[in-house]
Amino acid sequence: MVHGPFRGVVATYGRNMRRTPFSPAFWRSPLRGPWFTSVLGVVLLGGITVLFVTGLLSYAAYNPDLSAVNDKTPGKGLLGFYLFSWPTDPHWLYRLTQGVHVTLGITLIPVLLAKLWSVVPKLFTLPPARSLAHALERLSLLLLVGGGLFEFVTGVLNVQLDYIFPGSFYPLHFYGAWVFFGAFVAHAVLKMPIAWRNLRQLREERNDLVSLNPDPPTVSRRGALGLVGGGSLLLFGTTVGQDVDGLRWSAVLAPHGADPGSGPGGFQINKTAAYAGITAADRSEEGWRLVVKGRTGTVRLSRAELLQLPLHSSALPIACVEGWSTSDQWWRGVRLRDLAALVGYDGDPPDLFVQSLQRHGAFRRAALRANQVADPRSLLALFVNGESLTPDHGHPARIIVPAAPGVLNTKWVAELTFGDL
Amino acid sequence: MPRPRFTLPLGSPLQLLLLACSFALSAYAGVRLLDGDWFEIALWFVGAALIHDLLLLPLYATADRLLVRATGPRRTWVAYVRVPTTLSLLLLLVWFPLITGQVTRRYDAVTGLSADRFLEHWLLVTAVLFAGSAGLFVVRLRRKSAAPHGR
Repeated sequence: MVHGPFRGVVATYGRNMRRTPFSPAFWRSPLRGPWFTSVLGVVLLGGITVLFVTGLLSYAAYNPDLSAVNDKTPGKGLLGFYLFSWPTDPHWLYRLTQGVHVTLGITLIPVLLAKLWSVVPKLFTLPPARSLAHALERLSLLLLVGGGLFEFVTGVLNVQLDYIFPGSFYPLHFYGAWVFFGAFVAHAVLKMPIAWRNLRQLREERNDLVSLNPDPPTVSRRGALGLVGGGSLLLFGTTVGQDVDGLRWSAVLAPHGADPGSGPGGFQINKTAAYAGITAADRSEEGWRLVVKGRTGTVRLSRAELLQLPLHSSALPIACVEGWSTSDQWWRGVRLRDLAALVGYDGDPPDLFVQSLQRHGAFRRAALRANQVADPRSLLALFVNGESLTPDHGHPARIIVPAAPGVLNTKWVAELTFGDL
Repeated sequence: MPRPRFTLPLGSPLQLLLLACSFALSAYAGVRLLDGDWFEIALWFVGAALIHDLLLLPLYATADRLLVRATGPRRTWVAYVRVPTTLSLLLLLVWFPLITGQVTRRYDAVTGLSADRFLEHWLLVTAVLFAGSAGLFVVRLRRKSAAPHGR
């Protein structure tokens, strides 16, 4: 509102100002208003909180405090304050948390875009700051909007293997999430009371989001929310199938919405043997020996010798940080704790350091914690679904551990070192 | 008459305190985020907001305004174009690396699947969306013309 002697000046000037976004009259949509923004804000408050929590859980699932090879963010400092030993029960835990993280994130994209659209006039508010608190709040909004978009963009690109962002995904997405979260909490605390009031009162308060000069409506607010919800539903419906084997066909645009062939090995592959540079000679009966190291020394085992050890079965899924997963596959192999017993850890399995035949790749070495090694379902698998492992699924032998992120289930295992890490 | 003393407008002290805490957390994480190619990371962070607010949003808002203008007084038609277009472009926005084929080589090598299907699927979904919208439009026109006149 303009009062006093300025009114006349602004009125004259205003006619030209109408053409720039800095004038309130520039914004013509009759949809904008506190109710519309509040509805979207409340959905994002709930949704982004779930994204943040499931993201932190995924970070913990890697057991980054166990070993440097699991830790892609060694400088995390206090941000790892909550880390805990990732459990092995329920065995679908990571499948659930990471499936929710990625699928929900993709589903929320229309809501995020609509929310940003609904408040864009505020970007051009004049004067730029009414007080120090207002100036800081606007600076905080840059972290909120920039951080939110940064998180969604890096996440969406990463699941499509489009590594064009400036650096490794793990530190960018993890630290970016904390930068964003700082601004998100402040924004939620400052705005939630207002949003709540707007939603509880049926009569709408007028605020600066309501157009002073609205165009005739071409859609109702409910219609617009319907379009946002429809967009979310469409994204959800074409993504969620990459976590459910029976519905995989429905994930028409999601990266893991098709099966690589059929038969015992016809389930999702994270990285093919060819991509990882594993040759047939590497895997051959003559060429491959499993090296097991521990308290009592080193044991070398051929695949034929491994088959002489007691074999056990467990039904476990593969669940990837990229948000796709398989249903339980039927694995058969040697228990990790039995291999620990071979090298002097009978009954007290310690941590395990696993090395793959892979010559490159971020997770060619991985560490498992004692609780994961001790679980009777944790195997050095030699078979899957009744057949010998295929090259793409880790032949001659791979790790499979309940509830662990896919990359910790090392394929093409070369060496196991038991001992406290 | 004493002149009023100039004071810096601070705003609510509670709000200042909250924002200070928020900045402290963001800064603690921010120095870790920028530990690398800091310029490019900062560019992505700020650029994401700028590209969205100053490019993407004006672009789609203008396109929508042109659409509304093009339909003239037949305002009810707008939805039948707006809804399928929005949904189709939304899918393209999210999945453009796969749809445009810019990651095809890596995708095929890594997953053992073929990325050829994505463009095809997107075009099919788009066709279904527009066909559905056209179908609804025809049904609505029929109902209108079937309704007795003079009402």
